[in-house]
Amino acid sequence: MILGRVVGTVVATRKDERLLSAKLLVVRPISPDGQLEGTALVAIDTVDAGTGETVLVVSGSSARMADGLGQAPVDAAIVGIVDTVSMS
Amino acid sequence: MHLARVVGTVVCTHKDARLTGVALLVIQPLGRDGSDVGRTLVATDAAGAGVGERVFFVRGREAAFPFHPTDVPTDASIIGIVDVVDVVA
Repeated sequence: MILGRVVGTVVATRKDERLLSAKLLVVRPISPDGQLEGTALVAIDTVDAGTGETVLVVSGSSARMADGLGQAPVDAAIVGIVDTVSMS
Repeated sequence: MHLARVVGTVVCTHKDARLTGVALLVIQPLGRDGSDVGRTLVATDAAGAGVGERVFFVRGREAAFPFHPTDVPTDASIIGIVDVVDVVA
C-alpha cells in the first residue's frame, strides 16, 4: 500500500455500471514525511475521504477486496484515512 | 517476496473494517547487499514485526492470504522476520 494525499475529485457520468455510485478521487503519492512525489492516480474511495487528507491506497487486484467493490473494474482503492505516520 | 527494513508505523482510525487490529508498518525495500532500494511503502504485518527489524514481505493479491479467511484489503504483507541473510553472489 502507499501513502497518498487527496488532491481532487473525478466525475464521470458514463462509466462501467459496476462503478455506479462509486466516488473517484485523485491521489498523489507522498513520502512518509508528507512530500508529494510521483504521478497522480485515480482511486475509488471506500472510507469517505476528502480533499487534503492523507490516505492509505491499496493497488492492483487487492483493491477489489475493499469494501463493496466486488467485481468492479478497479485497481486502486482508498481503504484508510491516516492519522499519523511515525518514522524511526 | 522481498527483503525490507521496518522504518515506521502508520495509525489509521478510520479505515476498512477488516483492517481493524492489523498493524500497518512503513517498510523500506532492501537490495541483496542490504542497501535501500526504491520507495518506502506501507505493509500489513502478519509476523509481529517491529521498527528496525529486517523482514520479508509479499506483494499483490497474495498479501491477504496470511489473514485468511478474512479478505483484508492489502497489497503488501510482512510474512517473516529475517534472522540471517547469506548472499554469495
